[in-house]
Amino acid sequence: MFVDEIYRVEAPYREPMVVKGYRFGKGDKAACILGPMRGNEIQQLYICSQLVRVLKELEGNGCISSGKEVLVIPVINSYAMNVGKRFWGVEDVDINRRFPGNSYGETAARIAGGVFEKIKDYSYGIQLASFYMTGEFVPHVRMMETGYQNTSLANLFGLPYVVVRKPKPIDTKTLNYNWQDEMTAAFSLYTNKNTEVDEASANQAVAAVLRFLTRMGIIRYESHSGYISHVIMEEDLSNIHVNCGGIFRGLVKAGEDVRYGHKMAEIIDPYEGNVKETIVAPTDGIVFFTHTEDLITENDMAYRLIHRLHA
Amino acid sequence: MVSKVCSVELPVGEHLVIYKNRIACENASGREGRIAVVSGIHGDELEGQYVCYEMTRRLKEHPEYLKGIVDIYPQLNPLGIDMARRNIPNLEMDMNRIFPGSAQGAFMERVAAAVIDDIVGADVCLDVHASDMYVREIPQVRISSEFVQKLLPFAKLLNTDMIWLNASATVHESTLAHSLNMLGVPTLVVEMGLGMRVNREYGNQVVDGIFNLMHEMGLWTGPVSTVREPAVSTDGEVEFIRAEYAGIFLPDIAHQHYVQKGEKIGEIVDVMTGTVKQEIRAGKAGIVFTLREYPFVYEGALLARILTEVEMCEENL
Ligand SMILES: [Zn+2]
Repeated sequence: MFVDEIYRVEAPYREPMVVKGYRFGKGDKAACILGPMRGNEIQQLYICSQLVRVLKELEGNGCISSGKEVLVIPVINSYAMNVGKRFWGVEDVDINRRFPGNSYGETAARIAGGVFEKIKDYSYGIQLASFYMTGEFVPHVRMMETGYQNTSLANLFGLPYVVVRKPKPIDTKTLNYNWQDEMTAAFSLYTNKNTEVDEASANQAVAAVLRFLTRMGIIRYESHSGYISHVIMEEDLSNIHVNCGGIFRGLVKAGEDVRYGHKMAEIIDPYEGNVKETIVAPTDGIVFFTHTEDLITENDMAYRLIHRLHA
Repeated sequence: MVSKVCSVELPVGEHLVIYKNRIACENASGREGRIAVVSGIHGDELEGQYVCYEMTRRLKEHPEYLKGIVDIYPQLNPLGIDMARRNIPNLEMDMNRIFPGSAQGAFMERVAAAVIDDIVGADVCLDVHASDMYVREIPQVRISSEFVQKLLPFAKLLNTDMIWLNASATVHESTLAHSLNMLGVPTLVVEMGLGMRVNREYGNQVVDGIFNLMHEMGLWTGPVSTVREPAVSTDGEVEFIRAEYAGIFLPDIAHQHYVQKGEKIGEIVDVMTGTVKQEIRAGKAGIVFTLREYPFVYEGALLARILTEVEMCEENL
């Protein structure tokens, strides 16, 4: 294992922010795994740290294939993590909206550019990511429909779902999009949590990455076969919005099966305690995303459902 | 007449409301010309507050000159201004990245869609911004090259010092201005001043410009002041100066100053060692139209922007 300095940001009154890369094996730039760009992605940090731990062991046992190199960058935006912020600096910039970056640009663009320069030549790019909305997901691999996306490769992670998203203008500045633009097969891995460590789902993500690396011949590791993934288009998910604001009482979890008419949530009047609204499933399906906060605003999305495919 | 453009129930006993003030000429039939003025998409930008106030004040002072409809939307991000936050609080989203919105989307997308819906049909729209907390800007209009032909004649009437064509940051897709332009409402982005502050002089300058525009459009028959000739620039004529070191930036010049090539703009100093880390000089002559106000910088921070290839005239001195 080698530890590389990927990028460094100097600051007058803080120790420099050094983005570190952990390199395993030697040879072709096979796979790069990247952790938090946002300061609240604690789960993603934990997953990357566990990957470093396991890969170190595997390398010690001679289980990294010869001629293959794996790079893990456990965290980019450690400054934000240490001050409990989500984005970069006083200007509050989302680094994941600054790719491919620019070495003459603003600070966040320089960070993005400096990191991207070191990771753009890998064949496979895996980002441990979070969604812009808070909430819980069914673990899945997400890809951008750029024309270069390869969903059959995404199936090799063995997670239950692969979601393909049609990029909007805002997505063109993300790492995933720019990786694919550089012909890296790029995958974003989503687990159920962001801001807190969920051991079980973190282990599932670690196993998924190791499974993928094994199946691509990059490491030798005994992994379980995982799930046979369903590929879904993001626009095919049904979004369930609430019709009033109040206290949110969620009754189903991500991954749960629901039938048409099943009671999914209640909105409680914050003054009088009565149920103001009952949310029922508009269709048979599997809960893909749930709102998790205890307060909810009118029209907010409470759930996203995957229509069940009837045999 | 003040009305609600949209209202969304927040979790605890409050609605997020977007207000509009419509000021119309007497006996309006609805077929008159209409101008929309929008401000406060970014909650930390308050220059538009003065613009909206001063427009309303002047219109009320001389209603007899008004020949059309003026719709003023003073604050599109009401929770943002309350928290002195640029983005939408809680969501941490830039509101100017969710247009045109969606009537079936999450709540701010619906707000965006309602705002667009309300403005569509106007003959012209102005989206007033105020830089941010970090850099000060001279009054300028920013338009995307895609819409230059249509927008430049309007922009020239607005009494700004500068028109910046294709300033990428503000003419991004998913902005209010881009969405409205796509829907056929000529929409201009006005930038001026500094975040969290109001500069009355700049505000009056732009309000004079808006009345001049209304006069040209036949919406206003009252007296208007003569407007200045703006410098029109493309990206190639704008020189960006950024910090190459972290430290404290100390400017040596005033904002809106005409610098000669090689003239010192400022320095970045290291407080602890008492040394100068970077001396910043102008690579080209021109007007410093952007100048950093917030002194604490990291490498990459914007210090100044110079509009090059402009003649030095008295006004710029
Ligand atoms: Zn703004």
